[in-house]
Amino acid sequence: MSFPGSGLAKGLAVTLRTMTKRSVTAQYPDVQPDLPPRSRGVIGLFEENCTVCMLCARECPDWCIYIDSHKETVPPAAPGGRERSRNVLDRFAIDFALCMYCGICIEVCPFDALFWSPEFEYAETDIRELTHERDKLREWMWTVPEPPALDPKAEEPKEIAAARKAADKLAAQQAAEAEAEAPAQDAEAPAQDRDRERPETPGEGT
Amino acid sequence: MSDALDIALRLLAVFAVFLVFPLVIGQTEHKVMAHMQGRLGPMYAGGFHGWAQLVADGVKFAQKEDIVPAGADRRIFQLAPAVALLPYLLVLVAIPIGPHNAVGQDLDAGIFFVLAVMGVGVLGSLMAGWASANKFSLLGGLRTAAQLLAYELPMLLAAASVAMAAGTLSLTGIVEAFHWWWLPWQIVGGVVFFTAGLAELQRPPFDMPVADSEIIFGAYTEYTGLRFALFLLAEYAGIVVLCALTSVLFLGGWHGPFGAAGLGWLWTLLKTVILAFGVIWLRVTYPRLREDQLQKLAWTVLIPLALAQIALTGVIKVVISS
Repeated sequence: MSFPGSGLAKGLAVTLRTMTKRSVTAQYPDVQPDLPPRSRGVIGLFEENCTVCMLCARECPDWCIYIDSHKETVPPAAPGGRERSRNVLDRFAIDFALCMYCGICIEVCPFDALFWSPEFEYAETDIRELTHERDKLREWMWTVPEPPALDPKAEEPKEIAAARKAADKLAAQQAAEAEAEAPAQDAEAPAQDRDRERPETPGEGT
Repeated sequence: MSDALDIALRLLAVFAVFLVFPLVIGQTEHKVMAHMQGRLGPMYAGGFHGWAQLVADGVKFAQKEDIVPAGADRRIFQLAPAVALLPYLLVLVAIPIGPHNAVGQDLDAGIFFVLAVMGVGVLGSLMAGWASANKFSLLGGLRTAAQLLAYELPMLLAAASVAMAAGTLSLTGIVEAFHWWWLPWQIVGGVVFFTAGLAELQRPPFDMPVADSEIIFGAYTEYTGLRFALFLLAEYAGIVVLCALTSVLFLGGWHGPFGAAGLGWLWTLLKTVILAFGVIWLRVTYPRLREDQLQKLAWTVLIPLALAQIALTGVIKVVISS
């Protein structure tokens, strides 16, 4: 049921109710925004991990990643071995004037050298300043937050599972070796030697 | 000598009210409108919640170049803002705010004077619209004229009803004759008066003459700087005048349910402020009426209501006096 003018009254009620609520304005320069996890602010480069595989530069839809590198020969690790050649990064730059923040470079990096950072206040007055070179990209790494915690009862991350498996295997192997050596040593070594060695073996792998 | 001093003080007080109140209402509008829309409004000017925003606006307007279009009727164009603004100053002189002659100048035909001079204010928009040599300004001016014609009538009729009830044309006399039961008796007239007044001030939702989505800014399209600011000031001075007048005519002015005799002016002020809030509230809530809806509202709703109010007033007046 509606009486004439009820729509007008409803309109007045809406505005009055809104006035009593807290306004939603974010006072940005005074108050920093509360950014959600995985915010895409800027891309950081962890250059120690970069192998100059060029996947990021090739996948970039905007072609805004510039990479220069050269090859270096590394002397053989062991005498009599072969010399190895290795890629050395000379330049890594991302032009954030072109970047569209798609994140493909980060997805595609096989060595975890690129990361999202939530920092977003890097506006410049000159567009050329928006090309961040490797030292600047490396600096952004310090602002990369640690990854958000896994959900409760989530599956263990693959790399941790793999590392644990390898460690367990190593521990089991060493335990078996110690077991095999033990009877042989029993005969010649005094008992105190054995006692000193024992506690170390199980602790190694875990 | 003391007479001259008395007059000077009264005029000074009226002038102070004229300068301060519109700004206060403007600032209130900034904040109330913002919060009704879930915003904060001005926050920087002056430091504390942007209290000096209108001062900053005034400084900005004063700095701007004063442009008169080449094809404009120069003198009329320059005169128009003053014609729009000054009548409200004159009206303020005649509005009583408290008992015992607390009024700029008590006039015997106060209500007559007030309504006549308020009508002059609209002439400013008309002059601006005609003198600007701009088709949008002209359209705005003509809409102003049409609106003035349509809404002046219900406003006068509603005011006439109160004058009939009180048996006097003096504003002070009307408030003195006021009793609480006038409130239900004259409520229809009050609503008609207030609505028609809003339309005469061209406040939203009756702001067809300045409908910015259709005719830029109506009669004020060609104005810049201080002259434009004067037009805006006229709008807010108009709100003060309309609200004060409505509270004096229909809400009993300085009469209140309680309070000492010395605090009468506070009641007038309180009623005026509440009405001014209502003006802002209506602006935020309702969309602009279309030109034909505007005319239809005046001629088919407000005028019949005002006439019915006059009939009711007459009948009850006769019943009481007999």
